[in-house]
Amino acid sequence: MKQGPGGLYAAPSILWLSVFFVAPLLIIVAYSFLTQGQRGGVEWKPTLDAYKAIANPTFLTVTVNTIVVALGATLVTILIALPCGYHMARSKRQNLLLLLVIIPFWTNFLIRIYAWIAILGNEGFLNDLLRFLGLTDEPLRFLYNRWAVGLVLVYTYLPYAILPLFSTIDKFDFSLLEAARDLGATKLKAITRVLLPNIRGGVFTAFLFTFIPIFGAYAVPLLVGGTESYMLGNLIADELTKSRNWPLAAAISLVITLVTTVGVMLLLRAGGTATLGSGGAGTKEPEEGAALPAQSVASAEGEPA
Amino acid sequence: MIGSDVVIEHVGKSFGAFRALDDVSIGIGKGEFFSLLGPSGCGKTTLLRIIAGFEQPESGAVLLDGVNVLPEPPNTRRVNTVFQNYALFPHLSVFENVAFSLRLAKAPDATVRDRVGHYLRLVELEAHADKKPAQLSGGQKQRVAIARALINEPSVLLLDEPLSALDAKLRQHMLIELDAIHDKIGITFIYVTHDQQEALSVSDRIAVMNGGQVLQVGTPQEIYEAPATDFVAKFIGETNLYEGTIRSVSGQMAELDTAEFGTVYVTDDDPPPAGTRVSWTVRPEKIRIDLERPSSVRGGLNLLSGLVDEPIYSGFQTKFYVRTDQGATLKVIKQHADWSDEGPRIRWKDSVWLSYSAEDAFLVEVKR
Ligand SMILES: Nc1ncnc2c1ncn2[C@@H]1O[C@H](COP(=O)(O)OP(=O)(O)O)[C@@H](O)[C@H]1O
Ligand SMILES: [Mg+2]
Repeated sequence: MKQGPGGLYAAPSILWLSVFFVAPLLIIVAYSFLTQGQRGGVEWKPTLDAYKAIANPTFLTVTVNTIVVALGATLVTILIALPCGYHMARSKRQNLLLLLVIIPFWTNFLIRIYAWIAILGNEGFLNDLLRFLGLTDEPLRFLYNRWAVGLVLVYTYLPYAILPLFSTIDKFDFSLLEAARDLGATKLKAITRVLLPNIRGGVFTAFLFTFIPIFGAYAVPLLVGGTESYMLGNLIADELTKSRNWPLAAAISLVITLVTTVGVMLLLRAGGTATLGSGGAGTKEPEEGAALPAQSVASAEGEPA
Repeated sequence: MIGSDVVIEHVGKSFGAFRALDDVSIGIGKGEFFSLLGPSGCGKTTLLRIIAGFEQPESGAVLLDGVNVLPEPPNTRRVNTVFQNYALFPHLSVFENVAFSLRLAKAPDATVRDRVGHYLRLVELEAHADKKPAQLSGGQKQRVAIARALINEPSVLLLDEPLSALDAKLRQHMLIELDAIHDKIGITFIYVTHDQQEALSVSDRIAVMNGGQVLQVGTPQEIYEAPATDFVAKFIGETNLYEGTIRSVSGQMAELDTAEFGTVYVTDDDPPPAGTRVSWTVRPEKIRIDLERPSSVRGGLNLLSGLVDEPIYSGFQTKFYVRTDQGATLKVIKQHADWSDEGPRIRWKDSVWLSYSAEDAFLVEVKR
């Protein structure tokens, strides 16, 4: 590799990263170790108060809840996005389908959440329909629980999972599926043993694109969630605006950053070993490596639940 | 391993309004090396995909050892395919590619090692077991695809233009290897190609296809020597193909009136009656070319004189385009023999004598 011009070309991105990523992160780290100000803000006296405040059961419950909701919603999103992406890649009307996936972005995110409230609310469309059909007398309470949060999160982030999956599957050579069938694989086996390992990169990207924003979600749990579906994003907002405890908000933010970073690194490791692992003279099952990310996700979900 | 016989009965397949296969019927024997030969787009791959189970025909049946396999999905048919683009699994090593069907069947590790080792040795790839397909050359990929298809011990192996992506030298080599493998394991091979040389050199029998139809089924000799239609005559090898009207018939010999060469003597198993319009052919290598008029002219010998328009020298042979006195052109190929047999060299603009016997000229099609 040449040294000289490389550094020069990297300058803009280094500048970008330091101004918009490193600096804010350092400010957050610093704030989390400072004393709470009277009306928001901080006093420049170092303390560990924020971290002591974090170590309480409420915070733990919300963290666990956030992890459960984020992992659950991400998994469901990817499970829906996979067949969507597959179908789009094989369709003759790719452009139309792509357009349909992108159309929701034309409407403001908050308005789309309110649309869900209009559908799911006590006086909402769904309850009206159920009453009209004579299936219910009293309105059913769809909103303000964990399921409503999950539903709206999946709805919101579905396109972010479909697009990377579509673009990966689109590059996949479908004759490989026929080769697998020819060699004795059922349709399902052909997909798990040949399609999935070859689109691992896309699944990985889809996971990051959905898990990270969902883990930091704020508006969705605020608008369609209840107390039991409180997420870390809501906790931060409360600390900033209501309790005016900026150091605590900073400490919680760092927890989010830490969890997502560690999660991503674990995934990267799993993805990396999978790529290397299947190179051996193969006593290994072919899809073992590919299943690793899914396994680690599943076990992480299993623990807190 | 024992091959199956494959019977294709009245198979028809359309894509929309396009008729890709039109009432195709072929019978293939156990252990035969059978080729489907025809130009690109004639339906060879479609027929192969129907046998493998990737396409369903609208009509007809495909019988393996007498049993119609059309209702079966591809994964249960005792048929394996070597795909045109190899279709190797890029995420798996050579070893795991070959082991794929054994892994699906949950074969124990020891069995997998044995069997994969055996088939990798068969295609001489033991040394490359740990490589990924991307690290292999075209010929090596080809061999992985063959080993992967054979390990399942199919009773029929389908090969879709398996050599088309290789360069000419390697193609020759792989063709010989394929033939050796076929001899060794003895299962039925159905080999798709658009290259008549490939088909002629390895096949037990060949089906020549065009436009979704089978035009002729026969041994390489039959196809080459006695083409059933004008298309087959032109598609297989080089030939001279002309039309004429039968003037008289005596036994298997017929006398033709032709516009290009006057009277021509040809043979046919059962020539049609006088007055029939026919096409006839004579292979270029069956025509003698001499500077002197041949001394002995027996009955049924076609004799013409003309001018060498264009000699094309290619080492072991020379091809001449000769303009006859009547103004038509005949292709003539002269094999070069050792010096004692080789007469004086024939050059451009030389006036020459062409002669061929009626036994080497054949009736092809009846015209109307
Ligand atoms: N899935 C398909 N949809 C539409 N047309 C097809 C399809 N498969 C093949 N064809 C058409 O059928 C004809 C025969 O194709 P194919 O069997 O692949 O020919 P070959 O292998 O002899 O070159 C071609 O004209 C091709 O365009
Ligand atoms: Mg083809």
